[in-house]
Amino acid sequence: MRIQAEETSLNAMNTSANQEQPRRQGFFARFLEKTGSLTVFSLRFFPSVFVPPYELGEVRRHLDDLGSKSIPLAGITGFIVGLIIAMQTRPTLFRFGADSFLPAMVAISFVRELGPVITALIVAGRVSSGIGAELGSMRVTEQIEAIEVSGIDPYKFLVVTRVLACILLQPLLTAMVNAIGLFGAYVAVAIESSMSWQLYWDSVVQSLTFADLIPGLAKTAIFGFIIGIVGCHQGFHAEGGTVGVGRASTTAVVLSSMLIIFTDMILVKLTVWIWP
Amino acid sequence: MALVEVQNIWKAFDGHSVLRNVSMVVEKGTAAAVLGKSGAGKSVLLKIIIGLIKPDAGSAMIDGKDVVALRRKEINALRKTMGYLFQGAALYDSMSVRENLAFPLERQITLTGEELEDRIVTQLKLVGLESAINKMPSELSGGMKKRVGLARALITNPRIMLYDEPTTGLDPITSREISYLMRSLQERYQLTSIAVTHDMQCAKIIADKVAILHDGCLEHQGTLETLEQSQDETVRSFFVSV
Ligand SMILES: Nc1ncnc2c1ncn2[C@@H]1O[C@H](COP(=O)(O)OP(=O)(O)OP(=O)(O)O)[C@@H](O)[C@H]1O
Ligand SMILES: [Mg+2]
Repeated sequence: MRIQAEETSLNAMNTSANQEQPRRQGFFARFLEKTGSLTVFSLRFFPSVFVPPYELGEVRRHLDDLGSKSIPLAGITGFIVGLIIAMQTRPTLFRFGADSFLPAMVAISFVRELGPVITALIVAGRVSSGIGAELGSMRVTEQIEAIEVSGIDPYKFLVVTRVLACILLQPLLTAMVNAIGLFGAYVAVAIESSMSWQLYWDSVVQSLTFADLIPGLAKTAIFGFIIGIVGCHQGFHAEGGTVGVGRASTTAVVLSSMLIIFTDMILVKLTVWIWP
Repeated sequence: MALVEVQNIWKAFDGHSVLRNVSMVVEKGTAAAVLGKSGAGKSVLLKIIIGLIKPDAGSAMIDGKDVVALRRKEINALRKTMGYLFQGAALYDSMSVRENLAFPLERQITLTGEELEDRIVTQLKLVGLESAINKMPSELSGGMKKRVGLARALITNPRIMLYDEPTTGLDPITSREISYLMRSLQERYQLTSIAVTHDMQCAKIIADKVAILHDGCLEHQGTLETLEQSQDETVRSFFVSV
Protein backbone atom coordinates (compact mmCIF):
# COMPACT_ATOMS: atom_id res chain seq x y z
CA MET A 1 0.00 0.00 0.00
CA ARG A 2 1.19 3.46 -0.79
CA ILE A 3 -0.56 6.50 0.51
CA GLN A 4 0.42 9.73 -1.06
CA ALA A 5 -0.07 13.07 0.50
CA GLU A 6 0.48 15.67 -2.11
CA GLU A 7 1.02 19.10 -0.67
CA THR A 8 -1.93 21.34 -1.21
CA SER A 9 -1.12 22.65 -4.62
CA LEU A 10 -4.36 24.38 -5.30
CA ASN A 11 -5.26 24.45 -8.92
CA ALA A 12 -7.53 27.12 -10.25
CA MET A 13 -10.65 24.99 -10.55
CA ASN A 14 -10.60 23.78 -6.99
CA THR A 15 -9.86 27.16 -5.50
CA SER A 16 -13.00 28.58 -7.01
CA ALA A 17 -15.00 25.55 -5.90
CA ASN A 18 -13.79 25.86 -2.35
CA GLN A 19 -14.34 29.55 -2.02
CA GLU A 20 -17.82 29.50 -3.42
CA GLN A 21 -20.13 30.75 -0.72
CA PRO A 22 -23.51 29.14 -0.03
CA ARG A 23 -26.06 31.17 -1.91
CA ARG A 24 -29.61 31.86 -0.79
CA GLN A 25 -31.88 30.84 -3.60
CA GLY A 26 -34.97 32.82 -4.41
CA PHE A 27 -38.41 31.31 -4.17
CA PHE A 28 -38.78 31.03 -7.92
CA ALA A 29 -35.45 29.24 -8.36
CA ARG A 30 -36.34 26.79 -5.59
CA PHE A 31 -39.74 26.19 -7.12
CA LEU A 32 -38.23 25.43 -10.51
CA GLU A 33 -35.64 23.16 -8.97
CA LYS A 34 -38.24 21.18 -7.01
CA THR A 35 -40.56 20.90 -10.01
CA GLY A 36 -37.72 19.71 -12.19
CA SER A 37 -36.60 17.18 -9.65
CA LEU A 38 -40.14 15.80 -9.22
CA THR A 39 -40.59 15.57 -13.00
CA VAL A 40 -37.33 13.68 -13.52
CA PHE A 41 -38.15 11.43 -10.58
CA SER A 42 -41.62 10.68 -12.01
CA LEU A 43 -40.44 10.02 -15.55
CA ARG A 44 -37.91 7.49 -14.30
CA PHE A 45 -40.83 5.31 -13.22
CA PHE A 46 -41.86 4.34 -16.75
CA PRO A 47 -38.63 2.77 -17.97
CA SER A 48 -37.96 1.23 -14.55
CA VAL A 49 -41.29 -0.53 -14.23
CA PHE A 50 -40.62 -2.80 -17.20
CA VAL A 51 -37.09 -3.84 -16.26
CA PRO A 52 -36.65 -7.00 -14.16
CA PRO A 53 -36.43 -7.88 -11.31
CA TYR A 54 -40.09 -7.12 -10.70
CA GLU A 55 -40.23 -7.55 -6.91
CA LEU A 56 -43.87 -8.66 -7.07
CA GLY A 57 -43.72 -9.84 -3.48
CA GLU A 58 -42.97 -6.29 -2.39
CA VAL A 59 -45.83 -4.88 -4.49
CA ARG A 60 -48.21 -7.34 -2.85
CA ARG A 61 -46.94 -6.46 0.60
CA HIS A 62 -47.49 -2.74 -0.03
CA LEU A 63 -50.96 -3.38 -1.45
CA ASP A 64 -51.86 -5.23 1.72
CA ASP A 65 -50.37 -2.58 3.91
CA LEU A 66 -51.67 0.51 2.11
CA GLY A 67 -55.09 -1.02 1.50
CA SER A 68 -55.66 -1.96 5.11
CA LYS A 69 -54.56 1.52 6.15
CA SER A 70 -57.02 3.32 3.86
CA ILE A 71 -60.12 1.13 3.68
CA PRO A 72 -61.75 2.09 7.01
CA LEU A 73 -61.36 5.84 6.64
CA ALA A 74 -62.27 5.89 2.95
CA GLY A 75 -65.32 3.71 3.57
CA ILE A 76 -66.68 5.80 6.44
CA THR A 77 -66.13 9.05 4.54
CA GLY A 78 -67.83 7.65 1.42
CA PHE A 79 -70.86 6.56 3.44
CA ILE A 80 -71.25 9.91 5.15
CA VAL A 81 -70.77 11.95 1.98
CA GLY A 82 -73.41 9.84 0.22
CA LEU A 83 -75.80 10.28 3.11
CA ILE A 84 -75.26 14.04 3.29
CA ILE A 85 -75.62 14.63 -0.44
CA ALA A 86 -78.93 12.78 -0.51
CA MET A 87 -80.18 14.61 2.58
CA GLN A 88 -79.13 17.99 1.24
CA THR A 89 -80.51 17.68 -2.27
CA ARG A 90 -83.74 15.76 -1.62
CA PRO A 91 -85.76 18.78 -0.36
CA THR A 92 -84.76 20.86 -3.39
CA LEU A 93 -85.51 18.09 -5.88
CA PHE A 94 -88.77 17.41 -4.02
CA ARG A 95 -89.84 21.03 -4.39
CA PHE A 96 -89.54 20.71 -8.16
CA GLY A 97 -91.17 17.30 -8.14
CA ALA A 98 -87.95 15.76 -9.34
CA ASP A 99 -87.05 13.55 -6.40
CA SER A 100 -87.13 10.47 -8.60
CA PHE A 101 -83.93 11.83 -10.18
CA LEU A 102 -82.10 11.58 -6.91
CA PRO A 103 -80.54 8.14 -7.48
CA ALA A 104 -79.28 9.23 -10.89
CA MET A 105 -77.87 12.46 -9.52
CA VAL A 106 -76.04 10.78 -6.67
CA ALA A 107 -74.76 8.03 -8.96
CA ILE A 108 -73.36 10.37 -11.59
CA SER A 109 -71.77 12.74 -9.14
CA PHE A 110 -70.19 9.88 -7.23
CA VAL A 111 -68.88 7.90 -10.17
CA ARG A 112 -67.65 10.85 -12.18
CA GLU A 113 -66.28 13.12 -9.53
CA LEU A 114 -66.86 12.63 -5.84
CA GLY A 115 -65.72 9.04 -5.54
CA PRO A 116 -62.36 9.44 -7.28
CA VAL A 117 -61.52 12.77 -5.67
CA ILE A 118 -62.62 11.99 -2.12
CA THR A 119 -60.81 8.67 -2.19
CA ALA A 120 -57.69 10.23 -3.63
CA LEU A 121 -57.61 13.01 -1.04
CA ILE A 122 -58.09 10.57 1.81
CA VAL A 123 -55.45 8.20 0.52
CA ALA A 124 -53.14 11.17 -0.04
CA GLY A 125 -53.50 12.06 3.63
CA ARG A 126 -53.11 8.51 4.82
CA VAL A 127 -50.69 6.88 2.38
CA SER A 128 -48.62 9.65 0.83
CA SER A 129 -47.61 10.91 4.26
CA GLY A 130 -46.82 7.38 5.39
CA ILE A 131 -44.62 6.71 2.39
CA GLY A 132 -42.91 10.09 2.83
CA ALA A 133 -42.14 9.35 6.46
CA GLU A 134 -41.03 5.77 5.83
CA LEU A 135 -38.66 6.54 2.97
CA GLY A 136 -37.58 9.74 4.72
CA SER A 137 -36.45 7.85 7.78
CA MET A 138 -34.75 5.29 5.57
CA ARG A 139 -32.89 8.13 3.90
CA VAL A 140 -31.70 9.83 7.06
CA THR A 141 -30.59 6.55 8.68
CA GLU A 142 -28.65 5.62 5.52
CA GLN A 143 -30.85 2.61 4.75
CA ILE A 144 -31.32 3.81 1.18
CA GLU A 145 -27.55 4.07 0.80
CA ALA A 146 -27.29 0.57 2.22
CA ILE A 147 -29.54 -0.73 -0.54
CA GLU A 148 -27.44 1.16 -3.06
CA VAL A 149 -24.15 -0.32 -1.88
CA SER A 150 -25.58 -3.82 -2.24
CA GLY A 151 -25.74 -3.09 -5.95
CA ILE A 152 -29.53 -2.89 -5.91
CA ASP A 153 -31.37 0.05 -7.42
CA PRO A 154 -33.29 1.62 -4.52
CA TYR A 155 -35.58 3.39 -6.98
CA LYS A 156 -36.75 0.05 -8.32
CA PHE A 157 -37.00 -1.63 -4.96
CA LEU A 158 -38.56 1.18 -2.94
CA VAL A 159 -40.26 3.55 -5.38
CA VAL A 160 -41.52 1.43 -8.26
CA THR A 161 -43.09 -1.15 -5.94
CA ARG A 162 -44.90 1.48 -3.87
CA VAL A 163 -46.12 3.50 -6.83
CA LEU A 164 -47.38 0.36 -8.55
CA ALA A 165 -49.24 -0.61 -5.39
CA CYS A 166 -50.85 2.85 -5.28
CA ILE A 167 -51.85 2.67 -8.96
CA LEU A 168 -53.48 -0.72 -8.45
CA LEU A 169 -55.08 0.19 -5.16
CA GLN A 170 -56.72 3.45 -6.16
CA PRO A 171 -59.32 2.09 -8.65
CA LEU A 172 -60.30 -0.67 -6.22
CA LEU A 173 -60.68 1.73 -3.32
CA THR A 174 -62.63 4.16 -5.46
CA ALA A 175 -65.04 1.44 -6.59
CA MET A 176 -65.55 0.58 -2.95
CA VAL A 177 -66.12 4.21 -1.95
CA ASN A 178 -68.59 4.64 -4.83
CA ALA A 179 -70.58 1.62 -3.73
CA ILE A 180 -70.59 2.64 -0.07
CA GLY A 181 -71.47 6.25 -0.98
CA LEU A 182 -74.43 5.09 -3.06
CA PHE A 183 -75.55 2.93 -0.20
CA GLY A 184 -75.24 5.89 2.16
CA ALA A 185 -77.42 7.92 -0.16
CA TYR A 186 -79.99 5.13 -0.20
CA VAL A 187 -80.07 5.13 3.60
CA ALA A 188 -80.94 8.83 3.52
CA VAL A 189 -83.61 8.18 0.90
CA ALA A 190 -85.07 5.24 2.77
CA ILE A 191 -85.39 7.23 5.99
CA GLU A 192 -87.61 9.82 4.35
CA SER A 193 -89.44 7.91 1.64
CA SER A 194 -90.56 4.41 0.83
CA MET A 195 -88.35 3.87 -2.23
CA SER A 196 -87.25 0.23 -2.39
CA TRP A 197 -83.57 -0.77 -2.79
CA GLN A 198 -84.49 -2.50 -6.05
CA LEU A 199 -85.99 0.64 -7.55
CA TYR A 200 -83.14 2.79 -6.27
CA TRP A 201 -80.48 0.48 -7.67
CA ASP A 202 -82.24 0.16 -11.03
CA SER A 203 -82.32 3.91 -11.51
CA VAL A 204 -78.66 4.12 -10.48
CA VAL A 205 -77.61 1.54 -13.05
CA GLN A 206 -79.77 3.06 -15.78
CA SER A 207 -78.39 6.53 -15.25
CA LEU A 208 -74.77 5.48 -15.66
CA THR A 209 -73.20 5.24 -19.08
CA PHE A 210 -69.86 4.07 -20.36
CA ALA A 211 -68.79 7.69 -20.59
CA ASP A 212 -69.21 8.04 -16.84
CA LEU A 213 -67.33 4.89 -15.85
CA ILE A 214 -64.20 5.07 -17.95
CA PRO A 215 -62.97 8.59 -17.12
CA GLY A 216 -63.78 7.99 -13.48
CA LEU A 217 -61.70 4.86 -13.44
CA ALA A 218 -58.79 6.12 -15.54
CA LYS A 219 -58.57 9.16 -13.32
CA THR A 220 -58.12 7.03 -10.21
CA ALA A 221 -55.04 5.33 -11.62
CA ILE A 222 -53.51 8.74 -12.33
CA PHE A 223 -54.32 9.89 -8.79
CA GLY A 224 -52.72 6.71 -7.47
CA PHE A 225 -49.57 7.51 -9.40
CA ILE A 226 -49.50 11.05 -7.97
CA ILE A 227 -49.99 9.82 -4.41
CA GLY A 228 -47.23 7.24 -4.69
CA ILE A 229 -44.68 9.25 -6.58
CA VAL A 230 -45.03 12.43 -4.50
CA GLY A 231 -44.69 10.48 -1.25
CA CYS A 232 -41.66 8.62 -2.57
CA HIS A 233 -40.05 11.77 -3.97
CA GLN A 234 -40.37 13.62 -0.68
CA GLY A 235 -39.06 10.70 1.35
CA PHE A 236 -36.26 9.90 -1.07
CA HIS A 237 -34.94 13.44 -0.88
CA ALA A 238 -35.46 14.03 2.83
CA GLU A 239 -32.52 15.64 4.55
CA GLY A 240 -31.72 17.08 7.92
CA GLY A 241 -32.44 14.23 10.33
CA THR A 242 -35.77 13.63 12.02
CA VAL A 243 -36.94 17.17 11.25
CA GLY A 244 -36.51 16.34 7.59
CA VAL A 245 -38.63 13.21 7.97
CA GLY A 246 -41.50 15.23 9.41
CA ARG A 247 -41.15 17.78 6.67
CA ALA A 248 -41.13 15.11 3.97
CA SER A 249 -44.31 13.63 5.36
CA THR A 250 -46.28 16.91 5.58
CA THR A 251 -45.05 18.18 2.24
CA ALA A 252 -46.09 14.89 0.65
CA VAL A 253 -49.68 15.37 1.82
CA VAL A 254 -49.92 19.02 0.83
CA LEU A 255 -48.27 18.55 -2.53
CA SER A 256 -50.13 15.39 -3.54
CA SER A 257 -53.51 16.87 -2.51
CA MET A 258 -52.83 20.00 -4.52
CA LEU A 259 -51.67 18.03 -7.53
CA ILE A 260 -54.74 15.77 -7.34
CA ILE A 261 -57.13 18.72 -7.40
CA PHE A 262 -55.19 20.45 -10.12
CA THR A 263 -54.98 17.31 -12.27
CA ASP A 264 -58.67 16.68 -11.70
CA MET A 265 -59.49 20.10 -13.05
CA ILE A 266 -57.54 19.39 -16.22
CA LEU A 267 -59.02 15.91 -16.58
CA VAL A 268 -62.59 17.18 -16.18
CA LYS A 269 -61.97 19.69 -18.95
CA LEU A 270 -60.45 16.91 -21.05
CA THR A 271 -63.32 14.45 -20.56
CA VAL A 272 -65.91 17.09 -21.36
CA TRP A 273 -63.99 17.74 -24.51
CA ILE A 274 -63.72 14.04 -25.48
CA TRP A 275 -67.25 13.01 -24.39
CA PRO A 276 -69.27 16.19 -24.84
CA MET B 1 -1.52 -4.63 -7.96
CA ALA B 2 -3.45 -1.63 -6.74
CA LEU B 3 -7.08 -2.62 -6.30
CA VAL B 4 -8.29 0.63 -4.81
CA GLU B 5 -6.71 3.85 -5.97
CA VAL B 6 -7.97 7.24 -4.91
CA GLN B 7 -6.48 10.11 -6.87
CA ASN B 8 -6.52 13.79 -5.96
CA ILE B 9 -9.99 13.85 -4.45
CA TRP B 10 -11.49 17.23 -3.57
CA LYS B 11 -14.79 17.59 -1.81
CA ALA B 12 -16.54 20.59 -0.29
CA PHE B 13 -20.03 20.93 1.19
CA ASP B 14 -21.60 24.39 0.85
CA GLY B 15 -18.23 26.04 0.42
CA HIS B 16 -16.77 24.28 3.46
CA SER B 17 -13.98 22.06 2.19
CA VAL B 18 -13.75 18.58 3.69
CA LEU B 19 -11.26 16.69 1.53
CA ARG B 20 -8.39 18.48 -0.10
CA ASN B 21 -6.35 16.61 -2.65
CA VAL B 22 -6.57 13.22 -1.02
CA SER B 23 -4.78 10.33 -2.71
CA MET B 24 -4.24 6.80 -1.54
CA VAL B 25 -3.51 3.40 -2.97
CA VAL B 26 -4.46 0.07 -1.42
CA GLU B 27 -2.81 -3.01 -2.86
CA LYS B 28 -4.77 -6.20 -3.44
CA GLY B 29 -5.03 -8.35 -0.34
CA THR B 30 -3.88 -5.67 2.09
CA ALA B 31 -5.67 -3.69 4.74
CA ALA B 32 -5.42 0.04 5.28
CA ALA B 33 -6.65 2.00 8.26
CA VAL B 34 -7.51 5.67 8.13
CA LEU B 35 -7.37 7.52 11.42
CA GLY B 36 -8.80 10.95 11.94
CA LYS B 37 -10.67 13.16 14.33
CA SER B 38 -14.44 13.34 14.35
CA GLY B 39 -15.63 15.41 11.40
CA ALA B 40 -12.36 15.01 9.53
CA GLY B 41 -14.13 13.56 6.52
CA LYS B 42 -13.46 9.85 6.98
CA SER B 43 -16.99 8.73 6.21
CA VAL B 44 -17.09 11.05 3.23
CA LEU B 45 -13.90 9.46 1.88
CA LEU B 46 -15.35 5.95 2.16
CA LYS B 47 -18.59 7.02 0.52
CA ILE B 48 -16.69 8.55 -2.37
CA ILE B 49 -14.86 5.26 -2.87
CA ILE B 50 -18.12 3.34 -3.20
CA GLY B 51 -19.75 6.04 -5.31
CA LEU B 52 -22.36 7.27 -2.83
CA ILE B 53 -20.92 10.78 -2.89
CA LYS B 54 -19.53 12.43 -5.99
CA PRO B 55 -16.27 14.29 -5.41
CA ASP B 56 -15.85 17.79 -6.81
CA ALA B 57 -12.66 16.68 -8.51
CA GLY B 58 -10.48 13.60 -8.66
CA SER B 59 -11.14 9.95 -9.28
CA ALA B 60 -11.64 6.76 -7.32
CA MET B 61 -10.42 3.73 -9.25
CA ILE B 62 -11.49 0.27 -8.25
CA ASP B 63 -9.96 -2.54 -10.23
CA GLY B 64 -9.02 -0.02 -12.89
CA LYS B 65 -12.55 1.43 -13.22
CA ASP B 66 -13.32 4.98 -12.20
CA VAL B 67 -16.30 4.86 -9.85
CA VAL B 68 -17.01 8.54 -10.42
CA ALA B 69 -17.58 8.06 -14.16
CA LEU B 70 -19.39 4.71 -14.18
CA ARG B 71 -22.99 4.31 -15.29
CA ARG B 72 -25.58 3.04 -12.83
CA LYS B 73 -25.58 -0.51 -14.19
CA GLU B 74 -21.82 -0.83 -14.14
CA ILE B 75 -21.47 0.59 -10.68
CA ASN B 76 -24.13 -1.78 -9.36
CA ALA B 77 -22.19 -4.71 -10.78
CA LEU B 78 -19.02 -3.41 -9.16
CA ARG B 79 -20.75 -2.87 -5.82
CA LYS B 80 -21.80 -6.50 -5.75
CA THR B 81 -18.12 -7.34 -5.27
CA MET B 82 -17.79 -4.88 -2.40
CA GLY B 83 -18.99 -4.76 1.16
CA TYR B 84 -19.69 -1.63 3.19
CA LEU B 85 -20.19 -1.36 6.92
CA PHE B 86 -22.03 1.84 7.77
CA GLN B 87 -21.07 3.89 10.78
CA GLY B 88 -24.63 3.61 12.09
CA ALA B 89 -25.05 0.03 10.80
CA ALA B 90 -28.01 1.14 8.62
CA LEU B 91 -30.03 -2.02 9.19
CA TYR B 92 -33.38 -2.16 7.43
CA ASP B 93 -35.89 -1.27 10.15
CA SER B 94 -38.78 -3.11 8.56
CA MET B 95 -36.91 -6.41 8.27
CA SER B 96 -35.79 -8.93 10.86
CA VAL B 97 -32.10 -9.76 11.26
CA ARG B 98 -32.59 -12.81 9.06
CA GLU B 99 -34.23 -10.75 6.30
CA ASN B 100 -31.54 -8.10 6.60
CA LEU B 101 -28.90 -10.70 5.80
CA ALA B 102 -30.97 -12.44 3.16
CA PHE B 103 -31.70 -9.22 1.29
CA PRO B 104 -28.36 -8.69 -0.50
CA LEU B 105 -27.63 -12.41 -0.83
CA GLU B 106 -30.94 -13.42 -2.44
CA ARG B 107 -30.58 -10.72 -5.01
CA GLN B 108 -27.10 -11.78 -5.99
CA ILE B 109 -27.24 -15.53 -6.25
CA THR B 110 -30.03 -18.08 -6.41
CA LEU B 111 -30.05 -20.30 -3.37
CA THR B 112 -32.48 -22.83 -1.99
CA GLY B 113 -34.19 -21.91 1.25
CA GLU B 114 -31.93 -24.28 3.15
CA GLU B 115 -28.68 -22.96 1.69
CA LEU B 116 -29.80 -19.42 2.38
CA GLU B 117 -30.60 -20.19 6.00
CA ASP B 118 -27.28 -21.96 6.30
CA ARG B 119 -25.29 -18.99 5.03
CA ILE B 120 -27.20 -16.62 7.32
CA VAL B 121 -26.64 -18.73 10.42
CA THR B 122 -22.93 -19.22 9.64
CA GLN B 123 -22.48 -15.49 9.15
CA LEU B 124 -24.29 -14.63 12.37
CA LYS B 125 -22.17 -17.16 14.27
CA LEU B 126 -19.05 -15.37 13.08
CA VAL B 127 -20.19 -12.18 14.80
CA GLY B 128 -21.60 -14.11 17.76
CA LEU B 129 -25.25 -13.25 17.20
CA GLU B 130 -26.95 -16.45 16.02
CA SER B 131 -29.50 -16.05 18.82
CA ALA B 132 -30.70 -12.72 17.42
CA ILE B 133 -31.73 -14.12 14.06
CA ASN B 134 -35.45 -13.48 14.54
CA LYS B 135 -35.10 -10.11 16.25
CA MET B 136 -36.01 -6.79 14.68
CA PRO B 137 -33.31 -4.09 14.54
CA SER B 138 -35.20 -1.99 17.11
CA GLU B 139 -34.72 -4.80 19.63
CA LEU B 140 -30.92 -4.76 19.29
CA SER B 141 -28.35 -2.72 21.16
CA GLY B 142 -26.03 -0.36 19.26
CA GLY B 143 -23.14 -2.82 19.32
CA MET B 144 -25.36 -5.70 18.23
CA LYS B 145 -26.63 -3.63 15.30
CA LYS B 146 -23.06 -2.94 14.33
CA ARG B 147 -22.23 -6.64 14.32
CA VAL B 148 -25.34 -7.51 12.29
CA GLY B 149 -24.30 -4.76 9.88
CA LEU B 150 -20.89 -6.41 9.62
CA ALA B 151 -22.46 -9.80 8.98
CA ARG B 152 -24.67 -8.30 6.29
CA ALA B 153 -21.73 -6.63 4.59
CA LEU B 154 -19.70 -9.86 4.58
CA ILE B 155 -22.39 -12.34 3.62
CA THR B 156 -21.92 -11.88 -0.12
CA ASN B 157 -18.20 -12.70 0.13
CA PRO B 158 -16.95 -9.36 -1.15
CA ARG B 159 -13.44 -8.86 -2.52
CA ILE B 160 -13.20 -5.36 -1.13
CA MET B 161 -14.45 -4.29 2.28
CA LEU B 162 -14.95 -0.76 3.50
CA TYR B 163 -15.49 -0.48 7.24
CA ASP B 164 -16.75 2.77 8.75
CA GLU B 165 -15.70 2.56 12.40
CA PRO B 166 -16.11 -1.20 12.83
CA THR B 167 -15.51 -1.26 16.58
CA THR B 168 -17.06 1.91 17.96
CA GLY B 169 -19.84 1.16 20.40
CA LEU B 170 -18.43 -2.25 21.26
CA ASP B 171 -16.92 -3.28 24.59
CA PRO B 172 -13.12 -3.88 24.56
CA ILE B 173 -13.47 -7.66 24.45
CA THR B 174 -15.96 -7.81 21.59
CA SER B 175 -14.01 -5.08 19.90
CA ARG B 176 -10.89 -7.26 19.96
CA GLU B 177 -12.84 -10.27 18.71
CA ILE B 178 -14.26 -8.31 15.82
CA SER B 179 -10.84 -6.94 14.95
CA TYR B 180 -9.38 -10.46 14.88
CA LEU B 181 -12.33 -11.60 12.79
CA MET B 182 -11.60 -8.85 10.28
CA ARG B 183 -7.94 -9.84 10.24
CA SER B 184 -8.65 -13.53 9.73
CA LEU B 185 -11.17 -12.90 6.96
CA GLN B 186 -8.66 -10.75 5.23
CA GLU B 187 -5.99 -13.42 5.37
CA ARG B 188 -8.35 -16.25 4.44
CA TYR B 189 -10.04 -14.57 1.47
CA GLN B 190 -7.28 -12.19 0.37
CA LEU B 191 -9.69 -9.36 1.15
CA THR B 192 -8.67 -5.84 0.32
CA SER B 193 -9.98 -3.50 2.94
CA ILE B 194 -10.06 0.06 4.16
CA ALA B 195 -11.16 0.70 7.71
CA VAL B 196 -11.88 4.07 9.20
CA THR B 197 -11.43 4.04 12.94
CA HIS B 198 -10.56 5.86 16.15
CA ASP B 199 -9.65 2.62 17.83
CA MET B 200 -5.88 2.32 17.86
CA GLN B 201 -5.97 -1.25 19.12
CA CYS B 202 -8.23 -2.24 16.26
CA ALA B 203 -5.94 -0.48 13.79
CA LYS B 204 -2.97 -2.37 15.24
CA ILE B 205 -4.67 -5.72 14.70
CA ILE B 206 -6.16 -5.19 11.28
CA ALA B 207 -4.00 -2.76 9.36
CA ASP B 208 -0.93 -3.30 7.24
CA LYS B 209 -0.65 0.43 6.69
CA VAL B 210 -2.08 3.44 8.43
CA ALA B 211 -2.81 6.98 7.29
CA ILE B 212 -4.00 10.00 9.19
CA LEU B 213 -6.65 12.30 7.78
CA HIS B 214 -6.04 15.74 9.14
CA ASP B 215 -7.34 19.10 7.91
CA GLY B 216 -8.72 17.47 4.80
CA CYS B 217 -5.39 15.99 3.79
CA LEU B 218 -4.23 12.41 4.07
CA GLU B 219 -0.85 12.59 5.67
CA HIS B 220 1.64 10.64 7.77
CA GLN B 221 1.09 7.36 6.01
CA GLY B 222 3.11 4.31 6.84
CA THR B 223 3.18 1.27 9.03
CA LEU B 224 1.96 1.65 12.56
CA GLU B 225 5.50 1.21 13.91
CA THR B 226 6.90 4.08 11.88
CA LEU B 227 4.04 6.33 12.91
CA GLU B 228 4.56 5.44 16.55
CA GLN B 229 8.11 6.77 16.31
CA SER B 230 6.96 10.00 14.67
CA GLN B 231 7.64 13.29 16.43
CA ASP B 232 4.87 15.11 14.59
CA GLU B 233 2.31 16.86 16.79
CA THR B 234 -0.83 15.45 15.12
CA VAL B 235 0.50 11.92 14.97
CA ARG B 236 1.59 12.01 18.60
CA SER B 237 -1.84 13.20 19.70
CA PHE B 238 -3.37 10.05 18.26
CA PHE B 239 -1.02 7.78 20.15
CA VAL B 240 -1.20 9.73 23.36
CA SER B 241 -4.98 9.57 23.43
CA VAL B 242 -4.97 5.76 23.65
N1 LIG C 1 -24.21 15.27 3.14
C1 LIG C 1 -23.50 16.24 3.73
N2 LIG C 1 -23.87 17.52 3.57
C2 LIG C 1 -23.16 18.52 4.13
N3 LIG C 1 -22.06 18.33 4.87
C3 LIG C 1 -21.64 17.09 5.07
C4 LIG C 1 -22.33 15.97 4.51
N4 LIG C 1 -21.68 14.85 4.86
C5 LIG C 1 -20.63 15.25 5.61
N5 LIG C 1 -20.59 16.59 5.74
C6 LIG C 1 -19.57 17.35 6.45
O1 LIG C 1 -18.32 16.78 6.14
C7 LIG C 1 -17.50 16.75 7.27
C8 LIG C 1 -16.93 15.37 7.46
O2 LIG C 1 -17.96 14.46 7.75
P1 LIG C 1 -17.70 12.93 8.00
O3 LIG C 1 -19.01 12.31 8.27
O4 LIG C 1 -16.91 12.37 6.90
O5 LIG C 1 -16.82 12.93 9.33
P2 LIG C 1 -16.09 11.72 10.00
O6 LIG C 1 -14.65 11.91 9.82
O7 LIG C 1 -16.68 10.45 9.50
O8 LIG C 1 -16.47 11.94 11.51
P3 LIG C 1 -16.93 10.88 12.62
O9 LIG C 1 -15.70 10.26 13.14
O10 LIG C 1 -17.61 11.72 13.64
O11 LIG C 1 -17.83 9.94 11.94
C9 LIG C 1 -18.32 17.24 8.44
O12 LIG C 1 -17.90 18.54 8.74
C10 LIG C 1 -19.73 17.27 7.94
O13 LIG C 1 -20.37 18.41 8.43
MG1 LIG D 1 -17.88 9.06 10.14
